[in-house]
Amino acid sequence: MDVSARHNINVVGTEDGPTILLAHGFGCDQNLWRHVVDELRSEFRLVLIDLVGSGSADPGAWDESKYSSLAGYATDILEILEELDLRDVVFVGHSVSAMIGALATIRDPSRFAKLVLLTPSPCYIDDDGYRGGFSKADIDELLESLEQNYLGWSQAMAPVIMGTPDRPELQDDLAATFCRTDPACARVFARTTFLSDNRADLSHVSLPSLVIECAQDAIAPREVGAYVHAHIPDSRKITLDATGHCPHVSAPAATAAAIAAFAYSA
Amino acid sequence: MTDPIVEDYWEYAPSGQIIAHPDGRMIRVNATLLRWLGYEPNTLCGKQFTELLTVGGRILYDTHFGPLLNMGGDLNGVTVDILTADGTRLPMFLTANVKNGADEKPELLRISVVDAADRRAYEADLLQARQQAEKEQARVRAFAETLRRTLLPPVLSPPTGLEAADHYHTASTDDVGGDFYDLFPLSRATWGFFLGDVSGKGVDAAVVTWLTRYTLRAAAVFDDDPVEVLHNLNTVLSQELGGELNRFCTVIYGKLTPCDNGFEVQLASGGHPPPLLLYADGSAFYADTIGGQAVGMTNEPHFVSSQFVLSPGDTLVLYTDGLTEASTGVGRERYDDEGALLRFAKANSPTSASAIVDAVSNLLEGLGAGVEDDTAVLAFGVPRTG
Repeated sequence: MDVSARHNINVVGTEDGPTILLAHGFGCDQNLWRHVVDELRSEFRLVLIDLVGSGSADPGAWDESKYSSLAGYATDILEILEELDLRDVVFVGHSVSAMIGALATIRDPSRFAKLVLLTPSPCYIDDDGYRGGFSKADIDELLESLEQNYLGWSQAMAPVIMGTPDRPELQDDLAATFCRTDPACARVFARTTFLSDNRADLSHVSLPSLVIECAQDAIAPREVGAYVHAHIPDSRKITLDATGHCPHVSAPAATAAAIAAFAYSA
Repeated sequence: MTDPIVEDYWEYAPSGQIIAHPDGRMIRVNATLLRWLGYEPNTLCGKQFTELLTVGGRILYDTHFGPLLNMGGDLNGVTVDILTADGTRLPMFLTANVKNGADEKPELLRISVVDAADRRAYEADLLQARQQAEKEQARVRAFAETLRRTLLPPVLSPPTGLEAADHYHTASTDDVGGDFYDLFPLSRATWGFFLGDVSGKGVDAAVVTWLTRYTLRAAAVFDDDPVEVLHNLNTVLSQELGGELNRFCTVIYGKLTPCDNGFEVQLASGGHPPPLLLYADGSAFYADTIGGQAVGMTNEPHFVSSQFVLSPGDTLVLYTDGLTEASTGVGRERYDDEGALLRFAKANSPTSASAIVDAVSNLLEGLGAGVEDDTAVLAFGVPRTG
């Protein structure tokens, strides 16, 4: 098995620096880290991956039943660490990948040093005494919206990004596949992401952890960030003055600074 | 905007226009969009653009469209439902770009929305057609899978003292190949087996495979001599197929009878690739069944026969040409062009039925898409005693 090809793994930055693995969430791929990468590359060794089913991951590796649970993605993370022989890894997972990382560290913490959960949510759907922010009907509607963009996904989304005459610096690196997702994979990934409930797993996370949340995030609201922080034993929390679910895109400097400070912290 | 014509165009353009902060807070919304959505002027300023979207649309915007816009500076023609003041959904088509400041950082978002009711209806039709096609394909696959299963034994039940293992590699999930095999008791002591390959694939081939399989089972009971069994099959196939061009099968039929030192094997081959014998001493050879004609091609075919003993530690392997003819990916080269199969057998000898079937199955996996045809593998071995 060639995990490098399976996950389109790119290792950049400073070879002898501390290792940070950046895992993207539901939506797009490793390219979303590019601004954060620019901030961190002079000090860290950065490992960038695409989850199977996203970006330029090997389409042949897709397995609907495996990726219908976050455990399937967590298995991949452990295989990546094993195969690349990474140690003392600071795992940074955005959105659903925060939970994927948490599950991986619970199963085998040996190669991890720390865990960074960027705008995480252990459960998106409201439950008795828990507010995840969404109802089951909302998620069904999301899946419907995905379907409606079926044609948009395959045609409109990718080519748009390639031709950005006013930002030529993006053109060289951004592959034609940026944000392009096979609709069938996106549907499964969306369902896995938004229907998983990993609240009970949080207390089993043994690593020092950092929760990074945004001041305003419709997908992972503040109270969800507080919930994650309260349930992971050795955790701290930072609230960025940012709006939206992707602070690594909208506030890359502050996001990178939080990651770096935590990586260096005792 | 001081020019009244430009100002008029901004407000009353045939599309909805929004200017927003990079974080999505709306700064200005034109009159056209306010009218479509049923809002009073200025009531939307300061609100998040995503508040106009349905929940699903908001999630998609926050996870996909927004980051795309931010990273690429451009977003073209995505599909969203926009909510009016009274909660009605309007199917819209959203296009946006980014105004960058002097520091190259996003300063403003320019967003246009147009009515997409017609296009959405058309897209819904396309989507439905695609879903229908997927459903049909799933049905075809299920059908092919069921058909395939009826052509193979559900489980192998070998005689006491013999280990048997099988593997069927499916090259295409929505088609039926013509490979078949079976292992079955003929009498208390003797067992029959066969493995073969009907030319072609699909339903036509499946019909012949089915006929071949059941004719062989019946003929095996009638005739003691394996060569006679194949002649019997030839008669039936010739009559049934009436000399149809290119419709024939290659097959090996054999009998297993326990003897003092293992099992005696009698084989007859009709144009089928020769089985492999992997001996307990680590040597490997092809069984002596080379030559012979395919079944169903002529009225007076020539079949070859062979006889040997499988002693403890020996293994017999039958296979179809999906393996030997697999493309190696190097030019037009086929896997067994240069004797690779015999080398593979020697490297794996001595072995057991299950070990060699596993090894062949890994080999097939390794050849990947190069295996263009279905492949059946059937192996028998006499376990070493003690």
